[in-house]
Amino acid sequence: MITTTSLYDQFISLYHERENGKENEWLTNVRQTAFDAFSSRGLPTTRDEDWRFTNIAPFLKEDFHLSPRPASLHSIKKQIDIPSFDAYEVVLKNGMLNEDVSIPGIKIVPLRTALKDDSLAPYLSKHIPLQKHPFAALNTAMFENGIVIEVGKNAISEKPIHITHVYNAEEPVFIQPRILIVAGKGSKVEMVESFFVMGGKPVFINSVTECYVAENAQVDQYYLQTAPANLHLVNFTQVIQSRDSLYNNYTYTLPGAGLVRNNLHLDLNGSNTESHLFGLYLTGGNQLTDNHTFVNHLYPNCMSNELYKGVLMDNSRAVFNGKIYVHQDAQKTNAFQQNNNILLSNKAIIDSKPQLEIFADDVKCSHGSTVGSLNKDALFYLQARGIGEIAARNLLVNAFAFDVTNKIQIPAVREYIEKLITHKMAEAYD
Amino acid sequence: MLSIKNLQAKVEDKQILKGINLQVNAGEIHAIMGPNGSGKSSLASVLAGRQNFEVTGGEVSFDGKDLLELSPEDRAREGVFLAFQYPIEIPGVSNINFLRTALNEIRAYHNEPPMEAKEFLRLTREKQKLVEFDAKLTNRSLNEGFSGGEKKRNEIFQLAMLNPKLAILDETDSGLDIDALRIVSNGVNKLRSSNNAFIVITHYQRLLEYIVPDFVHVLYDGRIVKSGTKELALELEEKGYDWIKEPVTSESV
Repeated sequence: MITTTSLYDQFISLYHERENGKENEWLTNVRQTAFDAFSSRGLPTTRDEDWRFTNIAPFLKEDFHLSPRPASLHSIKKQIDIPSFDAYEVVLKNGMLNEDVSIPGIKIVPLRTALKDDSLAPYLSKHIPLQKHPFAALNTAMFENGIVIEVGKNAISEKPIHITHVYNAEEPVFIQPRILIVAGKGSKVEMVESFFVMGGKPVFINSVTECYVAENAQVDQYYLQTAPANLHLVNFTQVIQSRDSLYNNYTYTLPGAGLVRNNLHLDLNGSNTESHLFGLYLTGGNQLTDNHTFVNHLYPNCMSNELYKGVLMDNSRAVFNGKIYVHQDAQKTNAFQQNNNILLSNKAIIDSKPQLEIFADDVKCSHGSTVGSLNKDALFYLQARGIGEIAARNLLVNAFAFDVTNKIQIPAVREYIEKLITHKMAEAYD
Repeated sequence: MLSIKNLQAKVEDKQILKGINLQVNAGEIHAIMGPNGSGKSSLASVLAGRQNFEVTGGEVSFDGKDLLELSPEDRAREGVFLAFQYPIEIPGVSNINFLRTALNEIRAYHNEPPMEAKEFLRLTREKQKLVEFDAKLTNRSLNEGFSGGEKKRNEIFQLAMLNPKLAILDETDSGLDIDALRIVSNGVNKLRSSNNAFIVITHYQRLLEYIVPDFVHVLYDGRIVKSGTKELALELEEKGYDWIKEPVTSESV
């Protein structure tokens, strides 16, 4: 508790030490609002409903460097090797992009560069409920680096964009990257994000992503969260969909990172939108994985579909909290949500909380949650055909995850994830 | 091939098998009959290695190996095949991928390389035809949404693909209409050879009109109380099981 408070105090003084006024006025105002929200609430504890099952305190005990130096990341070539994955490669080192990346129809620039004028004023932090989310508020008040991805009107990306986050953990660091995606009208883009950590000291990432999907645009976001245990990640993604747009999110968390907390918020800010949220968490060791999603139906005739599946091994713990909120104006909403879990260990714990709040009267909504173990009869059936126990478990877990993995639209990524599932499960049974 | 001596087993605290003796040689078909609850399916489960059965006595040797010491998968790899009374539905695992995995795991156990894709395809086609198994079902999820008859035919298809030394058919005839029964029986008859053996567990004599056994055993109260040739099955059909029960009951008094 004391160390948490001191980290809080460090942030407060760090904010005041900043040379406020050096930035544009609109940004100074955004930061001040966020800082007020953060300073009044402080870092969350398990007394906050949103953090009831996720005790963040043990992860904040380190003596972090709060303003990490530009990473001394020498000679990194290819960090995450996804075999036969053909993509535009973008590497962020400690949250920083070194130079512009040019892709036909798409501009990727360092956030610092983009902030020199007022062009981001209509987007930055316009939809994030800062009062409720202290980590997002902290990031907004303090972020230094990140990237802006601007997809031009009607631009169709030929290849996915692969963003690799490389973190230098030679000393304990607290890094707050910021990503802003603005997909113009009628555009289409796929983005895959993955992690790579160098060094063994704790890295705490408090990242915020904002994704604007304009009319008729399509954005697919893939989060491949596989990283070593010293990575602790709190990620807030705010998606804003304009009418007739399509947004797909694929979040796959695999054994490794000690803490992963994802907040995925969708504002359906126009009618006739479609959104798909697919999640898979395969957890092992002492991992804690927490997925909070919020689908905010504000306009009529929108469709959202969410399927999260969890497989828990060892002493791992997972949290699923899915909320669908249908406003009174959002008639003819179709909103579905499902969370299924398999516990492979007696010591693993899952807290699943599906929520529906509906204020419109002509809607079709459903939610559900299940927790179970591997079907022993199915396991025996496979073994009775000569398939070894580990291979049989693998087959069954892959079959359980199939509903989620078969939604991956990029074959190389799909193969990569399926192989990782098999590999990580074999490791767990060694 | 298979030698069962004084096999005893229990589930939870209930003694189910109370001393089974059975000798099965290559080329033979043995039928095991008996009333409900006599231990027929339990015997099949114990031989296949189902976990909730605890063997409390006796021994089972299969081609000289102690079968009871082996894991379920190793029994299958040694050549024991159980056609399930209630085949399991496994959504998300394709029938064909399941068979390829099973076949290659068995081959790996015998230090053989994985089967080439082309050869596997040829084998699949051949066996599908042999047991009249619908090719469309091969690519579906394992038993998912299959009718009762389709599931049983899938068991025989798997049997054909894996080519075991000893096949135990656990009430494969139950729930089959007469056409399905004929197809399943034809499959078995085509697969039998002088190198393999079958144990056919059934309730009714009907199946034995199609699959003609060399020996018929009557299981009652966890023991084989009578053995004979195929004529015994006819006698049972005619008289029912009551006349079998009497001597055991009086013996135990």
